[in-house]
Amino acid sequence: MNLPVINFYSILPAIVLAAFGILIMTAEPFLGATGKRRLGWLALIATAAAGLALVAMSREAGQWYSNLWVVDDFNVFFHAVFLLIAALTILASLDFLVRENMNHPEYYALLLFATAGMLVMSGSNELVMVFLGLETLSIATYVLAGFRRTDLKSNESALKYFLLGSFSSAFFLYGVALIFGATGSTNLGAIADVLSRQGAPSHLVYLAAAMMLIALCFKVAVAPFHIWTPDVYEGAPTPVTGFMSVGPKAAGFAVFFRIFLTAFPSIQDRLSDVLWAVAALTMILGNVVAVVQPNIKRMLAYSSIAHAGYIAVAFAAGGARGVSAGLFYTLVYSFMNLGAFSIVAILSRSEEKLVQATDYAGLAARRPGLAALLSLFLLSLAGVPGTAGFAGKFFIFQSAVESGLIWLAVIGVVTTVISFYYYLYVIVQMYMREPLENFGDVRLSRGVLAALVIAAAGVIYFGILPARAFDWAARAAASLGPL
Amino acid sequence: MDAIITSHILTIVTFTPAAGAILVLFYDRSHVRSIRVFSLIIALLTFVFSLHLVAHFEPGNSDFQFVANVPWIPSLGANYYMGVDGISLFLIVLTALLTPLALLASWPITDRTKEYFIFMLLLETGMIGVFAALDLFLFYVFWEIVLIPMYFLVGVWGGERRIYAATKFVLYTMIGSVLMLVAILALYFFHGNAAGEFTFSYTAILQALQSGRLILTPTVELWLFLAFFFAFAIKIPLFPFHTWLPDAHVEAPTAGSVLLAGILLKMGAYGLVRFSLPFFPNVSHLLAPLISLLALVGIVYGALVAMVQPDVKKLVAYSSVSHLGFVVLGIFSFTIQGMQGAVYQMLNHGVSTGALFLLVGVIYDRRHTRLIEEFGGLANRMPVYAAFFLIIALSSIGLPGLNGFVGEFLILLGAFDSNRMHAAIAATGVILSAVYMLWMYQRVIWGSITRRENEALTDINGRERAMLIPLLILAVWMGVYSNHFLRPMDAAIAKLIRQVEKRDANYAQIPK
Repeated sequence: MNLPVINFYSILPAIVLAAFGILIMTAEPFLGATGKRRLGWLALIATAAAGLALVAMSREAGQWYSNLWVVDDFNVFFHAVFLLIAALTILASLDFLVRENMNHPEYYALLLFATAGMLVMSGSNELVMVFLGLETLSIATYVLAGFRRTDLKSNESALKYFLLGSFSSAFFLYGVALIFGATGSTNLGAIADVLSRQGAPSHLVYLAAAMMLIALCFKVAVAPFHIWTPDVYEGAPTPVTGFMSVGPKAAGFAVFFRIFLTAFPSIQDRLSDVLWAVAALTMILGNVVAVVQPNIKRMLAYSSIAHAGYIAVAFAAGGARGVSAGLFYTLVYSFMNLGAFSIVAILSRSEEKLVQATDYAGLAARRPGLAALLSLFLLSLAGVPGTAGFAGKFFIFQSAVESGLIWLAVIGVVTTVISFYYYLYVIVQMYMREPLENFGDVRLSRGVLAALVIAAAGVIYFGILPARAFDWAARAAASLGPL
Repeated sequence: MDAIITSHILTIVTFTPAAGAILVLFYDRSHVRSIRVFSLIIALLTFVFSLHLVAHFEPGNSDFQFVANVPWIPSLGANYYMGVDGISLFLIVLTALLTPLALLASWPITDRTKEYFIFMLLLETGMIGVFAALDLFLFYVFWEIVLIPMYFLVGVWGGERRIYAATKFVLYTMIGSVLMLVAILALYFFHGNAAGEFTFSYTAILQALQSGRLILTPTVELWLFLAFFFAFAIKIPLFPFHTWLPDAHVEAPTAGSVLLAGILLKMGAYGLVRFSLPFFPNVSHLLAPLISLLALVGIVYGALVAMVQPDVKKLVAYSSVSHLGFVVLGIFSFTIQGMQGAVYQMLNHGVSTGALFLLVGVIYDRRHTRLIEEFGGLANRMPVYAAFFLIIALSSIGLPGLNGFVGEFLILLGAFDSNRMHAAIAATGVILSAVYMLWMYQRVIWGSITRRENEALTDINGRERAMLIPLLILAVWMGVYSNHFLRPMDAAIAKLIRQVEKRDANYAQIPK
């Protein structure tokens, strides 16, 4: 019997995060209020340490642990995105948790575990491993969604997310079981091998792929599996909402890309048709329904659905360009969406009462800096040239046109115009309405400020000079093999 | 040294305002005066730089000059590719001239001055960029960027219905331009697949189309033309896509209206000349009758609607619909004169309508109303103002000796050449413009003072003179020495005509 080669370096970032998470949980009971506050910074250090570990990991390219785990550019790319998301979320949460009297360091531990789950997802070459990562992520996020324990909405959010999430996990497992039945393996490479030798894929294979597709569509919140999103996003504490709107989504897409591009090239054409419909429906539904949302968190929830639709366009387009466009979009979307949610968290004030767009009336007159930053993020989400959002959308629509999906691109750009309406509505409130209050109780701590500066710098940098990041995304896409 | 300046001057002209905007960011918002003066200096500096373009422009050369071309996003084939020819040269100078004047008109702005001037300067960068960009991707970026500062200028510092007007403006223009984006992408791939080189370069794609290396099927050419055309038609605005214009103009602050009418509308007409015609000559010819018809309807309809407006600003806004109809008519006459007239009329319209909006702003600042019936007999209290207004009104009507005449005359000449009926109908537009303009002038300026509020009006002050006199000089100069402006355009327009004529004679018969 051959023992698998143990290579700790190849999974070091996940180990680091998990270790710090455990450390935070164990240390918590022994600490007073100030000590607890410091644990947040420790979590931040954890992400930095994981970043260093990522450097070590990136040198270990190849397949490890009996082909369970791959270190390739794709995996490294997503590791970097996930760690960034985690760091920004922690920065945005530091002050928020204290303000809301829920500074329980488990929060950070859960966040680190969730992130570790995402790391596992992006590098797994084996469906059972994917499932483990998915569950680690999901269970941690269910708890985070309900972290405001005394609040009914937060509880509702957690419960809904948990019930529907478990349901989708079950779908995923069914898919895994069926594909095992059809091919005798759960390893992506082995599945691809068997399928390529089988000729025309059997019904069982389609059924299995459909099951996994449904589960992943649920995780990334694309129509028609998006129904849970607004309620869950609205009820969860805002920094958690920010995290959920980018983290699990990006992880879901990472798995999406890896599974369907490496294991199921044989059903690519059918898949592309399905994704065409999913993307079109998602962009239309997300953008149209977002128009009528007075609550900013709900509006951003629908907007995040719409953005998943754009990434689905990239996936439907396929090919090297489509996949790299999708990866690039996940990166820039993380920056702009986390930036927007961080500001919403600041402005919601105590117990998050102020989350209607009209609550932002006159913000620009009182807090011009915050208003300008939120405008920047919203304009980037809308896809105004000069911002990262434009570069992202441009690459996606470019790939769609290249693959001949002109109509999908047209639906994409037209729904983008619709999205202008609701993003601008918030800007109208901030800039063009008279202030109803002083915003005197808006606190901007150093942590949040750092998060905002990083997010804004990302939005502008990737907007003006997207070339390097896009090349990186292209390398990551290429590492999945010939597309 | 000269070579360095020549290859960088366009970049300098384009980005001086943006750099200024970034510097304004660091001003304390309470130093309103310094912010104004500094912004004005930046805008004047930009104007001076733009004069360098005029001074070193080679009139006989039909190629792009002052070219800068460096890779921007290599994997995409998008370059930072800028250049100027006879068509865009004066549009850039006009932008650089109107912006400082618009800033002077913004002195009364007291609310959030800092943001206001930042947006004005950013707007200038966007506008110049649109005229200078020779890479389709870069062009699109500038084209869209212009929307954002204008959106804020109308929405924050505008009149009562500003939010409605600003939102309408953005959504209308967006819907047109996103379709253009898809068309740009399609063109990019068609060119890439045909020529083997994926690039957004205007000259490369044009070259491929002209040489026959890239052949578009009739259906494709039609769709691409329409996608570009909608973006430009909405911006111009061509009847029936004009409905955003009166709203945006009326609600915009004075400086916003000046730049909206003076420059932003020209972006649409410029787009037709620069992209639609040379890229899609067959469809351009095919649809020319229809588009000319829309232009004629716009000319007459705009003039008739202008006539009955109770609000001076709205009147000027509708007169723009009429005047831009002339521009489109000239472009689609496909004659040298018509094309020259169209480009000339773009400049004229920038000068005279820009000045008209400034003049309306002057009385609005004093009385906070723009209703014609609120005025009357202003000549008694504001003689200098009345004189300025008269010259500009006459220039807008097209009185010989002033700028408007040259443009309209050339356009009518060109239209006459291609279709006499068109020229005849368009000529009625000239008459109607005299009717609405002089009638308005008479009601506002002449007669005796009928309202007590107007008794105390003061004549225009030094700042207001400073913003009007350059335009007056230009109106006379362009009317008398039109060759100073026409000659540099010659080569570029002759080349454009050659490009448009280079079409497939059997186009209409080609089966799909």
